[in-house]
Amino acid sequence: MVTAAPTLMETRPAAPVLPPRPPAAAEPGPAAPASALAPAAETLIDIRQVDFFYGASQALHDVSLAIEHKKVTAFIGPSGCGKSTLLRCLNRMNDLIDGTRVARGTIRIRGVDIHQPDVDVIELRKRIGMVFQKSNPFPKSIYENITYGLRLQGVTNRARLDEVVEKSLRGAALWDEVKDRLDASGLGLSGGQQQRLCIARAIAVEPEVILMDEPCSALDPVATAKVEELIQELRSRYTIVIVTHNMQQAARCSDKTAFFYMGRLVEYADTRNIFTNPANPQTEAYVSGRFG
Amino acid sequence: MASNPPAHPFQSPPTAARRRERWIFALFGGATYCVILCGALVFGTIIGKGAGSVFQTRAPFINTTFLTAAPESLHVFEFEGRKREMGDQEYRAFVAQHPAAARVKSESYVYSAGGIFPCIVGTVLLVIGSMTIALTLGVSAAVYLNEYARDGTFIRFVRLAILNLAGVPSIVFGLFGFGMFVIFFGWNVSLLAGWFTLAFMVLPVVITASEESLKAVPRGFREGSLALGATKWQTIRKNVLPYALPGILTSSILGIARVAGETAPIMFTAAYVVRDKLPWEVERAVDFLFQGVMALPYHIYVVSSKIPQNEYTERVQYGSAFIFLLIVAVIASASILLRNQLRNRYKW
Ligand SMILES: Nc1ncnc2c1ncn2[C@@H]1O[C@H](COP(=O)(O)OP(=O)(O)OP(=O)(O)O)[C@@H](O)[C@H]1O
Ligand SMILES: [Mg+2]
Repeated sequence: MVTAAPTLMETRPAAPVLPPRPPAAAEPGPAAPASALAPAAETLIDIRQVDFFYGASQALHDVSLAIEHKKVTAFIGPSGCGKSTLLRCLNRMNDLIDGTRVARGTIRIRGVDIHQPDVDVIELRKRIGMVFQKSNPFPKSIYENITYGLRLQGVTNRARLDEVVEKSLRGAALWDEVKDRLDASGLGLSGGQQQRLCIARAIAVEPEVILMDEPCSALDPVATAKVEELIQELRSRYTIVIVTHNMQQAARCSDKTAFFYMGRLVEYADTRNIFTNPANPQTEAYVSGRFG
Repeated sequence: MASNPPAHPFQSPPTAARRRERWIFALFGGATYCVILCGALVFGTIIGKGAGSVFQTRAPFINTTFLTAAPESLHVFEFEGRKREMGDQEYRAFVAQHPAAARVKSESYVYSAGGIFPCIVGTVLLVIGSMTIALTLGVSAAVYLNEYARDGTFIRFVRLAILNLAGVPSIVFGLFGFGMFVIFFGWNVSLLAGWFTLAFMVLPVVITASEESLKAVPRGFREGSLALGATKWQTIRKNVLPYALPGILTSSILGIARVAGETAPIMFTAAYVVRDKLPWEVERAVDFLFQGVMALPYHIYVVSSKIPQNEYTERVQYGSAFIFLLIVAVIASASILLRNQLRNRYKW
């Protein structure tokens, strides 16, 4: 039972603490992603040679990629290329679908293979939050939505819950809009607010990683801009993986970009390189909008 | 005729399709009104004839005796030139007072005086108990089938079994309950045996309906909860069942009407023709479960088939049927209110 590999629990760093809101940063253009200033990269999630199957049909072929700590990684690619599938592998949400399996390869988070038998999927999912394409606030009050995860963990202290609600809603840039109606249903919010509520709900349990599957696909440009701003604010504290169909979004928000095509990883590099100087002609064609 | 030019281009042309349309419309409409007419006749008769024994023209306008007394025999006789009708107790008192009355020829009809209170109590107890059992078992089974079990041969077999169970006639459930609970388990004719028999009878309805309601809860709620690190059971309890509950209740309303109304399953398992004691007049608490009760549907069966039909017995016959309809309506309305309240709490 005693292995050299550290468990997820032991290696967990101190819970990220919310610093005061930073002043609005200058808009980082695609040519100047924040990664330029970041120190040497540290791998948080190491995906190696993963083959993934839905029953008999293979959705991922030999995918290897290293997602870096406290960076924003974007997955792009045409519809059906396996972006969501890979994303859902990272918190093992695919376990919920009958007949799915990772046939080959490993996914390690901080060196721990997430498929090894002593990994508790519940613990894993607490550490790796997820925001879905279709925003899915629960039909409960805003307050209950945010505290859902903590209540599961047995937190009942009202003062602590209040504090987390405020912190998470501020973290999701939603506090000012909803602070007067925390007891109103989460479903009464606008689409963009609902999505930010879902992000707030995810960060309330203080995960290390936030997976976002096309978080803006159902939002108008203004709401999209708000979510993108939010990603900018979260990037200093969380490792973020975002699936998007929006090239500009990938260019604006991410440090690294992975381009997938037909279940294979075609190119993975700094976002700047992918968009200005892609190594692969397929990538070039896709990011310049010539196919996809 | 054909030479007549149409007055305007949108006039209905006399084609076969238009004629058929009119016929079909009349046919379907007629069928619907036929159903309404039948319903109105049934309810009208019961209400018309039954309301007389429940309501009265004098204050308090409700015949409280009928609702709160136990059934008695009705004595009809002529005394001192006047025709008199009275219940058994009253008759005895009367005879004690006027010894001459004892010598007068008196006709008596069982159950036709007094009231039906024990039957009302019995039916309410049967409904509450059996619905509790059916909902507990049914919702659990539905959760298992819909949330936990993976589709396979066994699960398909279980579903088939449930479907078949729904088609079993109620008399067969009655015999099953008699063999299983009354004899094999040795519970005798008792509330407990009736509860389980009735619960098994409505179980298929409850399971099927619960499954439908669970399926109607969007996947996103489950995924959202699981992604926050909830276990499956936490997800189901906090984020699936509460939303499915209104649907489950809606369907159990149908179950309530069936449980309250079926005679066959209880006549071997729980119902007494007549019982003097009320269910709470027991010595030990456990005896409560192991006593038979009077029940409205069985009482209706008895008074409508085992005693003569005449103006004196009609009151209890139609009165019981009327009260029975009223009770089902009350229980159903209560469930509908509860359902609406839940539905307003969780909307998506
Ligand atoms: N539940 C499932 N069962 C079977 N096959 C699936 C399932 N989900 C996805 N697939 C298949 O796996 C492949 C990859 O799907 P995936 O959802 O990962 O694509 P995607 O890149 O996220 O596409 P999109 O951009 O449209 O969301 C597709 O061919 C899809 O048909
Ligand atoms: Mg997708």
